[in-house]
Amino acid sequence: MLPELGQFAMILALLLAMAQAAFGLVGPRFANSRYMGVVPFAVAGQFVFTCLALGILVAAFVNFDFSVRYVAENSNTALPLFYRIAAVWGAHEGSLLLWIFVLSLWTLAVTLRSRGLPPSFAARVLGVLGLLSMGFLLFTLATSNPFARLAPALPDGRDLNPVLQDFALAIHPPMLYTGYVGLSVAFAFACAAMIEGKLDQTWARWTRPWTTLAWAFLTAGIALGSWWAYYELGWGGFWFWDPVENASFMPWLVATALIHSLAVTDKRGLFKSWTLLLAISGFSLSLLGTFLVRSGVLVSVHSFAADPARGVFILVFLIAVIGGALVLYAWRAPLLKSQAGFELTSRESFLLFNNILLIIAAAVVFGGTMAPMLSDALGLGALSVGPQYFNPSFMLPILPLLGLLSVGMHAGWKRGNLSRSRRAILGTLALAMALALAITFGAYDYEAVLMPVGVALALWIALSALVDPVDRLRRRLSLSAGVVGMSVAHFGLAMLVLGITVVSSATTERDIALTPGQSVALGKYVFRFEGIKSLEGPNYGGVQGKVTVLHEGEAAHVLLPEKRNYWVQQSTMTEAAIGARWDRDLFVAMGEDVGKGAWSLRLQVRPMIQFVWLGAIIMMLGGITAGVDRRYRLAQEALVRKTDAGTPSVSAA
Amino acid sequence: MTPTRRRRLLLVLGIVAGVGIAGALALKAFRDNVTFFFDPSRVVAGEVKPGQRFRLGGMVVVGSKQNTPGTQDWRFAVTDFNSTVQVHYSGVLPDLFKENAGVVTHGRLQPDGVFLADEVLAKHDEKYMPPEVKRSLKPGDSRADVGYVVK
Repeated sequence: MLPELGQFAMILALLLAMAQAAFGLVGPRFANSRYMGVVPFAVAGQFVFTCLALGILVAAFVNFDFSVRYVAENSNTALPLFYRIAAVWGAHEGSLLLWIFVLSLWTLAVTLRSRGLPPSFAARVLGVLGLLSMGFLLFTLATSNPFARLAPALPDGRDLNPVLQDFALAIHPPMLYTGYVGLSVAFAFACAAMIEGKLDQTWARWTRPWTTLAWAFLTAGIALGSWWAYYELGWGGFWFWDPVENASFMPWLVATALIHSLAVTDKRGLFKSWTLLLAISGFSLSLLGTFLVRSGVLVSVHSFAADPARGVFILVFLIAVIGGALVLYAWRAPLLKSQAGFELTSRESFLLFNNILLIIAAAVVFGGTMAPMLSDALGLGALSVGPQYFNPSFMLPILPLLGLLSVGMHAGWKRGNLSRSRRAILGTLALAMALALAITFGAYDYEAVLMPVGVALALWIALSALVDPVDRLRRRLSLSAGVVGMSVAHFGLAMLVLGITVVSSATTERDIALTPGQSVALGKYVFRFEGIKSLEGPNYGGVQGKVTVLHEGEAAHVLLPEKRNYWVQQSTMTEAAIGARWDRDLFVAMGEDVGKGAWSLRLQVRPMIQFVWLGAIIMMLGGITAGVDRRYRLAQEALVRKTDAGTPSVSAA
Repeated sequence: MTPTRRRRLLLVLGIVAGVGIAGALALKAFRDNVTFFFDPSRVVAGEVKPGQRFRLGGMVVVGSKQNTPGTQDWRFAVTDFNSTVQVHYSGVLPDLFKENAGVVTHGRLQPDGVFLADEVLAKHDEKYMPPEVKRSLKPGDSRADVGYVVK
């Protein structure tokens, strides 16, 4: 009975989404405030019913309702409670429901926070969001109903895919989806502004906090996914240019360009068309990501579902969304005019370079991700594109981007007289280069030419990010949350670049077969294989190895890697063991019994990998700090008062 | 030409040149590093250029997986049910590597006809068959059903 209620709740949510879209888009057309007044209620109702549907699916998992096909396929009586809940979004149908839930959450937040906006604009934003929600609800109900029954019910479920039975999985998809779907808010604001035909900088200012928050969640989501792949999949790295990773990375690159371009549109009224196009393409890439991952087009570790009907539906939806937005853009483009000019060393031109380089980087990733599919579709043969292409091609736009960032942070709007900041720029550069040489030659043996370059760039960015806030504090000037957030996020980027540079150039690894008691040296560490013992878990059995890692003769870590056999799916899983310290990870993954009492082992020493996750976390915190800046809310209220008074022109806040 | 216009022209030219160079270099990296897929039949037919790095994919032949005891020097055979290629790989095999399951390996063909792999991928469930292999089976071939289940 309950699952049918869940499906019914989804149908009601769909009807309310239709009402939200219709009243939200039609109401402002006739300036009918009663129509527009319906919209917030439709949003609230949709939220309630989406919560209900998700809650019922969670209940079905918690209560082992194996008469529901989705539950039967992704759960098992032996599966612990925590993973039963995480299993709700462990496969296609449930993750779509999660997507819908997150979308209604964002919509609700926009509704609650849009009281300062002109009612017609707010209604249009919610109308566009309603259209998106409709699309996803229709898709789920038509092709991927999570509440579909299974007759006869299974006595026991087929269990959750073992690679997904992990803590990070419980939070990676919700976080990633919050970011993905959050870009729909920027998209909706852009569309509403185009429908309204009021394309001054106001819409950009209203969008900024939402986009920044979405970006922060996207950052965290990607970092969690990378962390999960690192220690759960046991591939022993943090980024593989896997198509599914790329699918989330492309919207991130465009969203990063968007938050910078929005700053220019907000402050200076420039780059208006460009910003609109970025808002459209950012969300389109999120949708494309969904399409790639969920249609089965991609052959990847993540794509658990393969169903052509779904692919066609998402493709049609994708074309409708992108095509519709671009038609809207073409219709309104004549309204876009920028008058102001700017100089080559101004902040505007640095942000222009930022955008160009980020878009090149996104294009590089896009090309490499799509080429295999395109070649396959055109019958040109099956080809694959690996890190050998991605690494150098991605570095090409990113290295100049990082270099320009340090200088750009000192540039002022419009005039941009850099000579005043020359001391700060050159001073930080000299310090960064000295430190970089000390680190590459002192702490690590010089490995590759990119190592001192990357470390120097990272340190330069870190130091430059500190100059502005420290200077303001010293002069006892006020420090807005926006400025703090920006500095923090750039500092986080510096940590990330530092981590990636060192771990990519100074990692030592070795696959080797060892018998108990045998040792092998890896850099300054000695790994000693002690032996194995058998292992018994709630829904798996297996063996646990024991490896002692010695550093200068003393035991630094005892690592216990596992090889698990999950009974239900009869699948083998490697649980890598990691000895973590702030400046390095020791990584051991078990291979298999190779005879004569020996086991094959994968051993790695990964310096500074912690900085990769740490950097991403700091970037996220920076984004959140900037996103909740009260300035945006005050500016929004001030704007509305001004607009009401009949003065459409706006001075920079 | 006013100074503003000249500056703007220079900026645009600079951007176009930068994008062009980046595009050309990316394309070169792409052309140098793209690896093509070959099934065992095409390898046996001699379609692979000597020394070319490529992907070999197919099903692992039942009973072919063996190693020198006490070492991780693996030998196994990959087949598309028409032709078979011997593979040599030294390292840790992935969890999902199994006999009669799909596998994709990266590496080079040696003069003696053995494929020396430096990377072995089996990232899917045990019922997975590489699409290229599935396609090379004739329609209605029951082996395609045995090996592949759409989940």
